[in-house]
Amino acid sequence: MTQQPYIGKPINRLDGLDKVTGKAKYAAEFDTPDLLHGYVVNSTIAKGKIKKINTQDALSLPGVVKVFTHENRPKLAWFDINYKDQDAPPGSPFRPLRDAKIRYDAQPIALVIAETFEVARYAASLITVEYEQVAHLSDLEANRHKARKASSGMATLLKPPPPKPKGNFEEAFNAAPHQVTAEYVHGMEHHNPMEMFATTVVFEKGRGKSGGKYTVYDKTQGVTNSILYAAQVFDIPFKNIRVVSPYVGGGFGSGLRPQYQLFMAMLAAQNLKRSVKVVLTRQQMFSFGHRPATIQTVALGASAEGDMTALYHSAVSETSQFEDYTEVVVNYGGMLYPPENVTLDHQLVPLDVSTPLDMRAPGGVTGMSALECAVDELAFKAGIDPVEFRLQNYTDRDPLADLPYSSKELRECFRQGAERFGWLKRNPEPRSMRDGHQLVGGGMATGIWEANQMPARAEAALLVNGKLRVSSATADIGTGTYTIMTQIAADTLGMSLDDVTFKLGDTDMPAAPIQGGSWTAATVGTAVKTVCEGLAKKLFKLARKMPDSPFASALFDEVVFADKMIQLKKDSLMAVSLQSVVDSNGGAAVRHTSTGFPNILKQRKYTRSAHSAVFAEVTVDEDLGTVRVTRIVSAIAGGRILNPKTARSQILGGMVWGIGKALEEESVMDHQFGRIMNHNLAEYHVAVNADVQALDVIFVEEHDDIVNPLGVKGLGEIGLVGVPAAIANAVFHATGKRIRNLPITLDKLL
Amino acid sequence: MNSFAYTRADGVTHAVAERADESTAAFIAGGTNLIDLMKENVARPTRLIDINRLPLTTITDTENGGLRLGALVTNADTAYDDKVAKNYPLLAEAILAGASAQLRNMATDGGNLMQRTRCYYFYDLATPCNKREPGSGCSAINGYNRIHAILGTGSPTGDVQCIATHPSDMCVALAALEATVQVTGPDGDRTIPFAEFHRLPGDTPQIDNTLEAGELITAIDLPANGFSKNYAYLKLRDRASYAFALVSVAAALEMEGETIVDARIALGGVAHKPWRRPEVEAMLHGKSASNDVFQTVADAMLDGAQGYGHNTFKLELAKRAIVRALAQAAKLN
Ligand SMILES: Cc1cc2nc3c(=O)[nH]c(=O)nc-3n(C[C@H](O)[C@H](O)[C@H](O)COP(=O)(O)OP(=O)(O)OC[C@H]3O[C@@H](n4cnc5c(N)ncnc54)[C@H](O)[C@@H]3O)c2cc1C
Ligand code: SF4
Repeated sequence: MTQQPYIGKPINRLDGLDKVTGKAKYAAEFDTPDLLHGYVVNSTIAKGKIKKINTQDALSLPGVVKVFTHENRPKLAWFDINYKDQDAPPGSPFRPLRDAKIRYDAQPIALVIAETFEVARYAASLITVEYEQVAHLSDLEANRHKARKASSGMATLLKPPPPKPKGNFEEAFNAAPHQVTAEYVHGMEHHNPMEMFATTVVFEKGRGKSGGKYTVYDKTQGVTNSILYAAQVFDIPFKNIRVVSPYVGGGFGSGLRPQYQLFMAMLAAQNLKRSVKVVLTRQQMFSFGHRPATIQTVALGASAEGDMTALYHSAVSETSQFEDYTEVVVNYGGMLYPPENVTLDHQLVPLDVSTPLDMRAPGGVTGMSALECAVDELAFKAGIDPVEFRLQNYTDRDPLADLPYSSKELRECFRQGAERFGWLKRNPEPRSMRDGHQLVGGGMATGIWEANQMPARAEAALLVNGKLRVSSATADIGTGTYTIMTQIAADTLGMSLDDVTFKLGDTDMPAAPIQGGSWTAATVGTAVKTVCEGLAKKLFKLARKMPDSPFASALFDEVVFADKMIQLKKDSLMAVSLQSVVDSNGGAAVRHTSTGFPNILKQRKYTRSAHSAVFAEVTVDEDLGTVRVTRIVSAIAGGRILNPKTARSQILGGMVWGIGKALEEESVMDHQFGRIMNHNLAEYHVAVNADVQALDVIFVEEHDDIVNPLGVKGLGEIGLVGVPAAIANAVFHATGKRIRNLPITLDKLL
Repeated sequence: MNSFAYTRADGVTHAVAERADESTAAFIAGGTNLIDLMKENVARPTRLIDINRLPLTTITDTENGGLRLGALVTNADTAYDDKVAKNYPLLAEAILAGASAQLRNMATDGGNLMQRTRCYYFYDLATPCNKREPGSGCSAINGYNRIHAILGTGSPTGDVQCIATHPSDMCVALAALEATVQVTGPDGDRTIPFAEFHRLPGDTPQIDNTLEAGELITAIDLPANGFSKNYAYLKLRDRASYAFALVSVAAALEMEGETIVDARIALGGVAHKPWRRPEVEAMLHGKSASNDVFQTVADAMLDGAQGYGHNTFKLELAKRAIVRALAQAAKLN
């Protein structure tokens, strides 16, 4: 007997054992005989030109094969379009080794190729560069007057710019008895997944013009994205290149764009006709995409009774000089709260930095960290409990789009979260609770994140041994994709988990979009469900044709798939085993490939979002300013929970991240040099075990048959969105101080 | 990282001789600092002399009632040693406040004394740094100096040359306990009082300490008095673990009833060496413990301190930390 349904059960991660025993191989761990190793050299100035690059000493080291620079780079694709990946913002993508120009600090400027990694690294240290330096801009605050509108492009489809103003903000704000205006700031942050970016290109010599075959093991959140980039930039026919990425040691968005090690490894492999591996160092993990430094202004007005009447939210964030990276920062207030008078604005300041890149809950956690502190402040001014205030200003429709929510159990999140946290035991007076030297405070905030779905393809095959194999070229960046897809497939075809394997991360498989935006469960989940349903129909047709089939006169609707059989609903003894169906297929597996599409006609009538209510308790040392987060309760309305265990892990990860983001994380730029100075994990602080105390996750029941056939909303980002604001609000409650500049380090509380 | 030769030393004499033969060679113990520096090209030794096989791995009693910590005893083994934990809890706590469990398992006591500053610029060849390259300038003074020094940064020429701190926690406790450092060099053995081991940058910031070229640390001696009754190690940092101190305080008191008869205060994270002012400590002699008295002492400890922007908060933080640590040591609350 199988254990249906698997969906909704806390199944252990199916790839867990392989990961903890080292069997799971990551991009840098693939090997091949005669592998060459690359080491990248980065610029040490932020802006200017390379006058001279001296590679002679490096080249004279035994074991060094070649040094690639802009001077000897082979000819590559000329047009920008060839360098545009699926997550490229509007603009002209950065092309490594393009020319002598330095566009930002730590830009890759040379690649040393040697017989061993150690020789390549040593040789890299012998390269000297003479620059012609010009003044750089790296300080957002100092250059905020240069803010301008972002240009739009493909990326804008998923990241809509702020809508036009609604009503009259100024008039309403000026008339409001309760007002809050404040500025919120945070610096750059870098993703820093544990796994370093790496690419291993295995090259097999080919005959004739095609020039050989490339198997590319890449760290990426989308093999399809990597193959498009590599094929176009290096002009390689798709049949000669394959990108493989079965495991990813964390991404958080950093793998949504091909990073420069892919370019470098491909460049060397193609030019030298050899297999090549390029692995970045931790320091180099700070030399590309990041969460942009952002300055926000929020102004809110409420009536004497505490009804919100006016909302203003503006953001100014940095981008590079060559691409306009944007994210949705300011729209969420307009979606969550009812004021009739709303003005939203988002502008960019181009600086001499690398292009920012989506980083877990991009824009959402930025905007909500400011907005939800301002709402807390407004509630305080109006003399209303922050939870009550949010209930009072609750909307069942999205006022910005003027659409109903497909589902929104946020009220229930407030209720269950508050109860679990013991919210009502909190003395509402700031600085009123203490334990010895520790001031104690409680704060809360709302979270919201889009529930998106993309089209994706998948294949399902009932193999001759009666087992099911389902595949799609998606990724598992640690989220649990392998596990939940196996659950969905097993349930759809009534098989046990042991009889189902799900494969991903290979461009030989049907294409899926990059894994980001919390859309993979919905997107690939729907594709898997759809393809398994298609396969079921195929199997049923075959079963009907079998000699003495019990289904000769049955319709598909009259059967169920259970216990590895097809059974008549009304008489389960009238059944055919899946094994005998595949046996009847002439010795071949039964295969089916299809695309799972979002039902756009149905979806467009609704705003589709996941929500959360986050409650945090902190202690703050009254003299020393040290903050500890003693408890967090997150109540999540995220649609259907496919697997409570992997789901909980996603939310816990978001909560831990939220602690770091609120209290610790920042890539610190020294504007003398335009260079990030804390570029290692000793000085770039994220939360460690000792920072994390009691974390409690509640999944509120939520049914939604509009978002997608599975009713899932995705959980990758929602766990983080509300956490920093809840912590900042708790710090206010503990101390009476509003810290609007993240991270909240102890010096800000002295 | 450059390419280098490797020698495994089989005795103290062998290690010292190897080093005397090759002035650009370096001893390697746990490697937790040296290897990082080599990866960043900050240290480029032509040879590593591996001292891990030297017989300096035990903790033994000394004649005058103290303890001798072999230079190669790991930080973890030191902190968890029964005698250290019982008689020198200040030292044990300071060690355990440092780094991570994994690092402490590798890091040695000798290496801990010799670890170099964590100044961001010192580690980054792209930026000027007087400590790494004398005369190139100090990037930190006008740069990002959150973790930098506020005391003892002056130089004879008047121009501040370096505002780096010594990052160790263990050394702050050793300074308070008035340990001594046993060394062996080409010219024989000598003993260096802890207060004289590390130095201020002056106008030679490239020199961290008073160890002569080629000298090997063989042991650290703890005097008999471990202040095990009234002590506190308070470390303030940017997260609860695995971060260097912004400010740390080792406070040790000898009390008769309410009255303080002896006091030691050492500060970490504020200077190029663990910071002590015996004349200020003396202000506590004969006083009964109170926050007011501690506040006066804290002010005096920070006398002459100077902030450089990002680290200016340390002036106030250090004072509050001293008051808190002394109060804890005196069991005031
Ligand atoms: C990420 C990180 C965080 C850390 N956090 C902290 C912290 O919070 N607090 C703290 O106190 N420390 C911290 N440390 C530093 C750690 O304590 C030191 O790196 C360690 O103590 C060095 O010891 P080692 O044996 O590994 O030295 P090695 O790296 O082997 O050597 C360091 C230096 O000492 C010299 N040396 C070693 N032994 C001798 C000897 N017997 N005689 C003469 N010279 C010698 C070497 O030549 C070298 O120059 C941290 C380190 C890291 C990497
Ligand atoms: S503080 Fe010292 S170590 Fe840091 S940059 Fe200045 S000179 Fe170098």
